[in-house]
Amino acid sequence: MTKEKTPIQNNSAGIIQTQYFTFDSLKLESGEKFGPVSIAYETYGELNKDKSNAILVLHALSGDAHAAGIHEGENNPGWWDALIGPGKAFDTSKYFVISSNVLGGCKGSTGPASVNPKTGKPYALDFPLISIGDIVNAQKKLIDYLGIEKLLTVAGGSMGGMQVLSWLVKFPEKIRSVIPIATAIKHSPQQIAFNEVGRQAIMADAHWNSGNYYGAPLPDKGLAVARMIGHITYMSDSSMTEKFGRQKKNSVQPFKFTADFEVEGYLRYRGDNFVKRFDANSYLYITKAMDNFDASEGKALQEALEGVRAKALVIAFKSDWLYPAYQSKEIARAFKLSGIEATYCEIYSTYGHDAFLLEVEEETHLISHFLKKAFYEYEVTGNYDV
Amino acid sequence: MTYENIHLDHRVILGLVEPRSTVLDLGCGCGELLYVLIKEKNIRGQGIEINEKAIYKCVAKGLNVFHGDIDTGLAEYGDKSFDYVILNQSLQQIQRVDKVLIDALRVGKKVIVGIPNFAYYASRLQVFFRGRVPVTPSLPYGWYETPNLHFLSISDFISYCRLRKIKIEKSIYLNEKKQVKFLPNLFSQTGIFLVSR
Repeated sequence: MTKEKTPIQNNSAGIIQTQYFTFDSLKLESGEKFGPVSIAYETYGELNKDKSNAILVLHALSGDAHAAGIHEGENNPGWWDALIGPGKAFDTSKYFVISSNVLGGCKGSTGPASVNPKTGKPYALDFPLISIGDIVNAQKKLIDYLGIEKLLTVAGGSMGGMQVLSWLVKFPEKIRSVIPIATAIKHSPQQIAFNEVGRQAIMADAHWNSGNYYGAPLPDKGLAVARMIGHITYMSDSSMTEKFGRQKKNSVQPFKFTADFEVEGYLRYRGDNFVKRFDANSYLYITKAMDNFDASEGKALQEALEGVRAKALVIAFKSDWLYPAYQSKEIARAFKLSGIEATYCEIYSTYGHDAFLLEVEEETHLISHFLKKAFYEYEVTGNYDV
Repeated sequence: MTYENIHLDHRVILGLVEPRSTVLDLGCGCGELLYVLIKEKNIRGQGIEINEKAIYKCVAKGLNVFHGDIDTGLAEYGDKSFDYVILNQSLQQIQRVDKVLIDALRVGKKVIVGIPNFAYYASRLQVFFRGRVPVTPSLPYGWYETPNLHFLSISDFISYCRLRKIKIEKSIYLNEKKQVKFLPNLFSQTGIFLVSR
């Protein structure tokens, strides 16, 4: 059976190829030297002559470098395709957008499933414990390699937003503006707890085998459960009710614990799909990096950002209970107190944490106007009747 | 930009604000006043606004705005963080007026307050002759839909300032078209005060 090709829409970033940047070694925040490191990335649009239109977008826990457009012969648009493309929020007819996969990931960047050159086998748990800061340091090398002195903006939601904050604290001189979305300065106990349940599910799978499952049966069940928990936290009570209600599936098998309800079937489907594209050890490493993250490393964020000149757009969503709006408000408050010009908006949405991928219209309005202002360095745009 | 297009109260506030100062506009709405202040006076401005749709309009104007309520938005600012804190047509909609005003006077070196005058003669006539809660251009809402929590007059505000030892540096009274000098508590619809501690 041949897959039917989706016709490319006018506002698509087009057919995109993932690229790879490899460097010898990275000094990790733990002090350890690690290498070689490959980082998968994609770019959309054209870098202008003075290299002033470069935007870095950063993905969330399960994302990858494929943020927009489609891959040759495939149907799936990138994870932020609704926001990246000609005429979209990150307008690729004006801006040069870079999307980078994280260190520790499993979608082309070096991670626990990569082959350790010293042993010729996958790293598995020999992969070093990494931090969000390490992920950002690797991205910084990519940006240097691309010859970009200063990024117009760094943007991302959820874990992508954590990387945004880390960029701002580490390399303020490299950034003109930031757009952290539905994220936190650091994880709350509730956020850590959900991640820990996911990790425990993976490690409880007999196939996990202390991380040594490559070339053997994979810890699919554990990873699927981790993903199911994740999906519950990405939705909201009302979005679940709207999507599934208490609807039962049509073909109820004569067994006690089959997936009777639509929501059960959905979670199983999401879980089963996830194991086809994600590595369980990467899930462990990346969630641990998120839990350990503290943007200002124990200090108040406003102190860590003192004297930083940047513009900021902070976005949260009303029904997001995984990264509640109060956490984004804390970010915005720290910006304000450190003297960063900031706008904070809490978008009304019933989608829960997923809203950052779904509330396209509102995000497009906020981001496109904000970028215009950041790009042209003006205070106030245009002329308005008042 | 022509001054004729600007709301009269905004024009008055424009006259009270020093060029290149810093301004916090509490309840900035769609950002018209901040926008004019930035364009005309080159101020550095920050708005706080509760309405999401209004936030979008502010962002389209290139303004820095915070989505939140005034009652809780002030506390985090340090003393004298702004040259001016503006409460134009928002004071009467705030839950805890006293606390917000005292906080505004801490955060701003000066505070500009604009209020609708409940004792405007047309209001008085409506109460007196028709026995109805007044609806006027500066208080345009029916009792069942008004966002206003407090109703005060020019005289009420002046005596409040006396009570709280707030210094009124300037006061300007307006009707719909122009400034009112004679018996402002009777003939003005709006009072604008420049106050400090």
